[in-house]
Amino acid sequence: MSHRARETSGWSLAILVVVVFSLVPVVWIVMLSLKTSASATDGSFIPHHWTLSNYSDIFKLGTFTDALRNSIGIGLISTLLAVALACAAAYAIARLDFPGKAAILAVALAVAMFPQISLVGPLYNLWRQIGLYDTWPGLIIPYMTFALPLSIYVLSAFFREIPWELEQAAQVDGATPFQAFMKVIVPLATPGIVTTFILVFIICWNDFVFAISLTSTTAAQTVPAAISTFPGVSQFTVPYGDIAAAAVVVTVPVMLLVLLFQRRIVSGLTAGAVKG
Amino acid sequence: MAEIEFDDITKRYPDGFEAVKHFNLDVPDGELMILVGPSGCGKSTALRMVAGLEDISDGELKIGGQVVNEKAPKDRDIAMVFQNYALYPHMTVRENMGFALKLAKVPQAEIDQKVNEAAKILDLEQHLERKPANLSGGQRQRVAMGRAIVRNPSAFLMDEPLSNLDAKLRVQMRTEISRIQHDLHTTTIYVTHDQTEAMTLGDRIAVMRAGILQQVGQPTELYNNPTNLFVAGFIGSPSMNFLPGELDGDQLHLPIGTVRIPDSVRRQLDSGPGGGRSGIVAGIRPEDFEDASLISDRSRGHTFRAKIDVLEAMGSEYFAYFVVESEGVSSTELEELAQDAGAADLPHSHEGSQVVARLDAASRVREHEEAELWFNVDHLHLFDVESGRTLLGDGAGPDVARQPAAAGQQPASEPTGGASPAGEAPTTG
Repeated sequence: MSHRARETSGWSLAILVVVVFSLVPVVWIVMLSLKTSASATDGSFIPHHWTLSNYSDIFKLGTFTDALRNSIGIGLISTLLAVALACAAAYAIARLDFPGKAAILAVALAVAMFPQISLVGPLYNLWRQIGLYDTWPGLIIPYMTFALPLSIYVLSAFFREIPWELEQAAQVDGATPFQAFMKVIVPLATPGIVTTFILVFIICWNDFVFAISLTSTTAAQTVPAAISTFPGVSQFTVPYGDIAAAAVVVTVPVMLLVLLFQRRIVSGLTAGAVKG
Repeated sequence: MAEIEFDDITKRYPDGFEAVKHFNLDVPDGELMILVGPSGCGKSTALRMVAGLEDISDGELKIGGQVVNEKAPKDRDIAMVFQNYALYPHMTVRENMGFALKLAKVPQAEIDQKVNEAAKILDLEQHLERKPANLSGGQRQRVAMGRAIVRNPSAFLMDEPLSNLDAKLRVQMRTEISRIQHDLHTTTIYVTHDQTEAMTLGDRIAVMRAGILQQVGQPTELYNNPTNLFVAGFIGSPSMNFLPGELDGDQLHLPIGTVRIPDSVRRQLDSGPGGGRSGIVAGIRPEDFEDASLISDRSRGHTFRAKIDVLEAMGSEYFAYFVVESEGVSSTELEELAQDAGAADLPHSHEGSQVVARLDAASRVREHEEAELWFNVDHLHLFDVESGRTLLGDGAGPDVARQPAAAGQQPASEPTGGASPAGEAPTTG
């Protein structure tokens, strides 16, 4: 065996270990969701009796379908707003030289670093007083705020890569600055915008802290929060099967999305890092 | 179709740097005006001010008689060709060329017709449905041209449109641009740092240095009557040789011998602005030298001997390099020229000035050997060493090819609108 081949096989082994290690919990959840509720806690990894009853159960639960609707709605609206606002902000940061530009970037970074849990208490009180508690806007506002810094960073890297001359050419061609932005810059930044959209959507989709604290009913509860309120057969049983099935249902779309766009996401996150 | 007027235009950046200083220039309708100068001389800035991509700090810019200082680029009815073409990568050639018309809400049928016409002129018909990424450099350049001409604007602005092409294609596109411009008869301002491009392309040339207009005129006028050392050194390739000299009545003392000033040069000197008491710089173009053995009547010039250091055979001619022992000529203008040519860092030959002579291919001159050379005294250029300005007026002698001022708009020795080249008198260093 040559040195090269030995090195390759060594790497392969290491990668295999990491992949298995990180996939075990996912597979375990999938297996759990396929067990009957009686055998959920029997300690076996592979179910003795395969069943899809958990899946049909959760879709019969009003809680889950409402939560799914809330998750999709709140996630999409937050993401759309965040990306649209971030586009404008990132464009300004990439193109204009205005006083306080560095400060804005610093504040954006600070917001991204802010521990979300520390905001939950004050927000809970505030939302209850102004009537945003347990409503869609009550979740959309914090999601959007926390998604903005990341969006601005990713998008401004993309905008910076687009030659300024293109915009100037469009302006000389008779476009207003807004037309130049919409017809030349945005189409060219589409990969970046798609990347940002997916990243932000995943953040909103997966959030638990805000969802559990700022909602109480099916009016605004998202899936992660709803799962924790699934009723068991009795007060003393935990509905492991239902929880696992719900978890699989909300994880699979996100995984597919990431797999589909993984190249774009990677290039989106590293855009501007090196001169292409 | 429109006339473009720069009226005392100044561009000042927030940090106080003035990229363009009191710029006066008048580009009549249909003219191809070249702005030329070394990098950083403000020529692109001047062009971008016409396009509306840079604010004008002072002065008035008129297009077709209208002041456009405050107008947005889109309202100026001008088309611009960028150095890197700035084609929209997500659009096909057809969409690129029709973009401006589409923004202007021109009916689609008319857009198609105009794009097809332009594509025909530029030989792009078979590429209309391709994306810019799939085109060669020359094709992209033509698309950029096409995008400008479909609009039929009142003026074309071109910012070094050929500098990204390889040498052969550049020459080809140069004639193409010239042809299109003459056919369309659209006022054009063309920015380049390449003096060959400027000489071959332009109706008139405006030479800029450090934000200041040095001289405006037809190519031959700049070549024959450069107004100062900078223009003299910038126009022409290989560039003019400069030797320190001293004027003593009718005698001119040069490091290569004492020359009697011929009558033609005398007349120009007498009509010139005067000066040169503290010393002069004599300029001799390489082509005014010749192998003395090939000259039948040496009385029109001066014969001297020099040891040839390097001889470059070009086939049609020789370039002979030799060093003349002298103090050397020092002036900020010449230093800037050297810097622009990338020669500033070369070790200076402290023993004297390097001179290049262009000799006939029939010459028998050998490298490393002493040769007898001759130069035409009638074509001497004389400059004041202090100000760098020419000492020659327009008292044109019969022996010297003198061009009348372009369209009689200004006297040959004076740049347009009195943008005084002495505005920034170079200091001798």
